Amino acid sequence: MFDLIRANRRRSALLVVAMAALLLAAGFALGEGVQEGAGPLGLLGGLALGSALALVSYASGDSILLALAGARRIDKADHPVLWNVVEEMCVASGIASPPAVYVIDQDAPNAFATGRGPERAAIAVTAGLLERLDRDELQGVIAHELAHVRNRDVLYLLMVVAMAGAIVILADTGRRFLWMGGGRRRTSEKSGSAGAIVLVFALVLMIAAPVVAQLLYLAVSRRREYLADACGAQFTRYPEGLASALQKIAGSQVPLKGVSRAMAPMYIHDPLAAVGSADVASWGSTHPPVALRIRILRSMAGEADLAGYDEAFRKVTRRAVGLVPAGALAEERAHAVPRPARGDPRSRLDRVRETTDMFWRLKRYAFLSCACGTTLKVPRAYAGQELQCPHCGVPHPVPA
Amino acid sequence: MLFFLVFIILAVVAVFFVVGVYNRLVRTRNEVKNAWSQIDVQLKRRHDLIPNLVETVKGYMTHERGTLEAVTRARQQAVSVSGDLTERMKAENFLSQTLRSLFAVAENYPDLKANQNFLALQEEVASTENKIGFARQYYNDAAMRLKNQVEMFPSNVLAGAFGFHPEPFFEVETAAERQAPQIKF
Repeated sequence: MFDLIRANRRRSALLVVAMAALLLAAGFALGEGVQEGAGPLGLLGGLALGSALALVSYASGDSILLALAGARRIDKADHPVLWNVVEEMCVASGIASPPAVYVIDQDAPNAFATGRGPERAAIAVTAGLLERLDRDELQGVIAHELAHVRNRDVLYLLMVVAMAGAIVILADTGRRFLWMGGGRRRTSEKSGSAGAIVLVFALVLMIAAPVVAQLLYLAVSRRREYLADACGAQFTRYPEGLASALQKIAGSQVPLKGVSRAMAPMYIHDPLAAVGSADVASWGSTHPPVALRIRILRSMAGEADLAGYDEAFRKVTRRAVGLVPAGALAEERAHAVPRPARGDPRSRLDRVRETTDMFWRLKRYAFLSCACGTTLKVPRAYAGQELQCPHCGVPHPVPA
Repeated sequence: MLFFLVFIILAVVAVFFVVGVYNRLVRTRNEVKNAWSQIDVQLKRRHDLIPNLVETVKGYMTHERGTLEAVTRARQQAVSVSGDLTERMKAENFLSQTLRSLFAVAENYPDLKANQNFLALQEEVASTENKIGFARQYYNDAAMRLKNQVEMFPSNVLAGAFGFHPEPFFEVETAAERQAPQIKF
């Protein structure tokens, strides 16, 4: 497990360095494009912009993302099952302090994790997810998200997104500048053709940099999704839970509202993926095709551990090289007995009621139970007034 | 001179390597210890839940004195047994079984199944059973890592020198035990 985390960290460091280099090159090119000899200044500008964005996203990236997603923090009393499942998966993954739990009032089933690492993390799930998934499936999803937390995927993602953002800003400014003001660029007479070459190079870099940044990021992002699936299967010892959760999530026709392109890679299933495109492997997506993920999980025979996932991965994708470094496999291969489904006593209706009640409570509705068996859920506006039960007509005072 | 320099570099590399391997062994051993205490935490939590559960159920299950007493007795035994690991595990497994039969019997009491307090306790007990299972699983994983490090070259050399040794695994005894604690609803 630790070889795996280490290999992951190496890869992240490499990617961050590559992104930083790209950012600096873009800065330099912008500087040179604006004025000959201003390259170093542009480089400094790029550095400043990149570090400013990285700093902001390190310090408060998680709260920004949670706010963007419209997530609300809950306590154990609000949704005991969700809370318990998070705690169970923390025990299974050896994370000492459970992350904060958030819910999003949307019917599209989805979930994401954020935070720097195991010490400070948050997991957010939508109402649609809580309503559709049974306990085993929820465990799979939470295990996948906790794997992101433990592998520090989110920190890496925040850093890379910050740098990619800086590159996009630089490239946009640069392109606009070179397009419109290029003619007015002050070039000394002497440097004629060399200056032209620099200009062309700058222009090409401005156009290519955002694309390269995106591709760099995507390649690693997809890999991390596979790894989180592998860890999810390992934590729960029940790959079918995650597989059937993914199936339900991908099969839902409800779109996630108000999701930005920047947020999309955070979710367990890409909310921007077109419905029905589940089986198409696209180089432009942050997630592997969901049908492939499901197939890999379902063809894990016998061992429910990283090695088992690796084997299934190679079998399904027909790739010679697996996901998990050999050192990690040797260390992990043992005692990974798959377990049977544990089942869920709650019906779909129970889960819907539980979830909607939670949101009523979060909106501070008052719950009045009438003797006739009806429960009245009353908004704050009626506090202090008296309401009649719609079924039996008995008046109830609404507490202030 | 050159020989001396090479020697120094090699020595520094060797020291770093030894320190790294040693720290890794210590880290893994601590992890095993932590995992062990996590199991204890969850078992204790289950002990704490049971009196509450019995109290809630008592009023409804007037004809099931035997089942309730069996749960209470099994808990008592699990709390009081100390020392020997196999004895403790036997007591805890027995407690799991009595709890399972308690929840199975509860099926026959629709009033009880509508009781919010009971439902909440049922969820808590089920979740605690899950946590016990996951804690054992994590312990076994950590113990396996330690065993591998203690036995595999090159860390086995240091492990031998500093007295690291593998910790015992939790073995799942029977096929029935392997079926994770199923609470029938």
